[in-house]
Amino acid sequence: MRHHYRREISIALAGLLLGLALAIVSPGYFSAENITDLLLANLPVLIVALGMTLVILTGEIDISVGATFAICAVVAGLLAKAGWPVALAAVGACAAGAAIGSINGALVAYARIPSIVVTLATMTALRDGLRWGTEGAWVQELPPSFQWLGLTQSTYPVAATALTAALVAACAWGLGHIAAGRAIYAIGSNVEAARLAGFDTRRIKWAVFALLGALTGWAAVVNAVRFNQIPSNAGIGLEMKVVAAVVVGGASISGGRGSAIGTLVGVALLGAIGPALTFLGVNAYWERAIQGAIILAAVAADALERHAHRRVASATPA
Amino acid sequence: MAEPLLEARAISKSFSGVHALRDASFDVRAGEVHALVGENGAGKSTLIKILTGAETPDSGSLVVSGQVVDHLDPTSAHRRRVAAIYQQPSLFPHLTVAENIALALERSALWRRVDWKARRQRAAQLMSEAGAAIDPERLAATLSMPEQQIVEIAKAIGADARVVVMDEPTACLAEHEVERLFSIIVRLRSQGAGIVYVSHRLQEVFAIADRITVLRDGRVVATSEVSEVDTDAVVRLMVGRALDAIYPARAAAAGEVVLDVRHLSNAALGLRDVSLRVRAGEIVGLAGLVGSGRTELAETLFGVAPASGGEIYLRGEAVRIAAPGDAVRSGLAYLPEDRLHHGVVPEMAIDANVTLASLRACSAWGLVDRPAERASAARHVDRLGIKTPSVSTPVESLSGGNQQKVALARWLETRPDVLILDEPTQGVDVGAKAEIHAIIHELAAQGLAVIMISSELPEILGMSDRIAVMRGGTIVAELPRCDATQETILDCALGHAPAPPASH
Repeated sequence: MRHHYRREISIALAGLLLGLALAIVSPGYFSAENITDLLLANLPVLIVALGMTLVILTGEIDISVGATFAICAVVAGLLAKAGWPVALAAVGACAAGAAIGSINGALVAYARIPSIVVTLATMTALRDGLRWGTEGAWVQELPPSFQWLGLTQSTYPVAATALTAALVAACAWGLGHIAAGRAIYAIGSNVEAARLAGFDTRRIKWAVFALLGALTGWAAVVNAVRFNQIPSNAGIGLEMKVVAAVVVGGASISGGRGSAIGTLVGVALLGAIGPALTFLGVNAYWERAIQGAIILAAVAADALERHAHRRVASATPA
Repeated sequence: MAEPLLEARAISKSFSGVHALRDASFDVRAGEVHALVGENGAGKSTLIKILTGAETPDSGSLVVSGQVVDHLDPTSAHRRRVAAIYQQPSLFPHLTVAENIALALERSALWRRVDWKARRQRAAQLMSEAGAAIDPERLAATLSMPEQQIVEIAKAIGADARVVVMDEPTACLAEHEVERLFSIIVRLRSQGAGIVYVSHRLQEVFAIADRITVLRDGRVVATSEVSEVDTDAVVRLMVGRALDAIYPARAAAAGEVVLDVRHLSNAALGLRDVSLRVRAGEIVGLAGLVGSGRTELAETLFGVAPASGGEIYLRGEAVRIAAPGDAVRSGLAYLPEDRLHHGVVPEMAIDANVTLASLRACSAWGLVDRPAERASAARHVDRLGIKTPSVSTPVESLSGGNQQKVALARWLETRPDVLILDEPTQGVDVGAKAEIHAIIHELAAQGLAVIMISSELPEILGMSDRIAVMRGGTIVAELPRCDATQETILDCALGHAPAPPASH
């Protein structure tokens, strides 16, 4: 896919400026421990955001990812406690996520219900279902083999980062070079044209939801192995973080525009800014306000860009 | 003669460098019907949009009732009693007739109390003035096309419009409905209104108009009394050349039957019992009014809305087409009517648009071969004369004609046997139009079976080897090129007894 990465570059520049300010004011931000903490906290967000990028590229949205994330984490923990090896527990979590995603996808693609409504419903149902199932209890006494995916505390961050980087690369490359990637852009940009070009647009929409579910399961595992218990209310507010990062990364919320690299930059900027504010001595109350301002700026930039395009497109003689 | 109610003086307007109007002057007087004719793309729509304030001219001036108006927008046009009735009625579907009329006419404070009774009475009265018995309580969405148009006319009457601009008002009407419209126009005229009547249909223009203005390539080429000209003269002025000159004759070397459609029906789209054969190298023109089932036939053939009955044979073999994917695999290609909504993917680059329907052929093990993709896009850019800085330019930044060529390139890339074109030159400029015509000829010469839908009779007559005329969801006549004239096609399309409109 042709991509000029104009938005991505400007966001990366903003991040760089932030980094520069930090390096001068508070070099402690760049300590190894802080960076590792930041990485580990944001890898799951990035993994979910990659899946969300695909869904948003088709012009849909999934706000049930936070609830799915919680269910997958609990599933992984219960499987591990039941004696499954961590790898299989991870596969089980991904399968659970994929199953939830397929339900969302089927309702959106085949029953033609707006995705915001479908996933609002599944978000509520899953959250309450989980609370009812676990009675609010956390999954505790996880086997030691579950911790750090069976790796050590020092090797795990490297392995998780490498795996996630591979995922970003695969996603970025696949969107441009695999026929299905083309179809995703085409559907988001003009679903009728995609259908007339012979794509099974409903199956593709269904599939991106299923894929997002599976990725959410994997993200839940990547997150859960860092702790020795799994809260049943994990992932609260995750959907907002993820959608925000994708939008800040240059994706158009109406579909057809966006990139995996943009999402990476968006997650990095939004993930880095919170702690950075603390380091810069800004009151923590401002964190959300500043994040909100960044999101607004991104959406406004998108709207302006769209407007400019529309003016060009409509400027043909009648 | 009375002084003009509305006058446009030396209007010029261009869109991204393309002149839509150049130095065009036009006026309408009280108590006359002034027809505005010209081919698609001649600038009619732009001119009436300027007259009604929907577009602002680049230069020139507008004079309403002897007063120069600096700036006209739809609201001030309304205040100056200029009303517009567009080809597609623009009612609010979920509101009633009375509410639609009220929205257009009642202009006062947002918080005033609504007098429902007065509203209904006024609507009922206006409907009867417009000559129709439509219940003011009906939802606009339940009205037929002609009924919606009557509501639009009632709005114009209610606004006490002195100038009424009508854009192709008969495009969706059957013959008896045309007569009713004409009687309304005659009454408006006798009441001193000035009517601007835009139409393709010269017969109608000669039946109703007092004066006629011909536009060509954005310029006014003639304005005269209707009594002083005849149809032939107007057609010559519209096209600027004899018909043969724009559509070069070609030897129709039709081969074997490629597409054989037998008794095709589509209950959902109102298509019934359509049989049609198209040979290799043949161009079959599909004529008919809007709503006669032409696009519906194309959509059924292509699997957009699967058929409910009948058979489709391709090169003698029965094929089942349940989705566009099936059609693509069977060797059909369909260039849809609404380019921006169905044709191109605006945000994608040219190369990705070109290969969109043939990604399988352009990739190995599911991976798109980018160099091959760029090469084939470059080949099409070259062959079809697509004007673009590079193949990685997004399609949305191209002009209409070039977008259409990209959409065409996508289908050529699938190497189809049958090419269905729905209004292939709608909204493209004159130069690009001639190029697209030449491309279609060349494709037919290479052995493609071509079905071309067009509302422009000169295009149908100039391009087709054979003309199938549709009415009421089926093909009512097939005419060889040599026997067809605008009049015979129109007679078949309108039918002597009006056929029931194709339902949607």
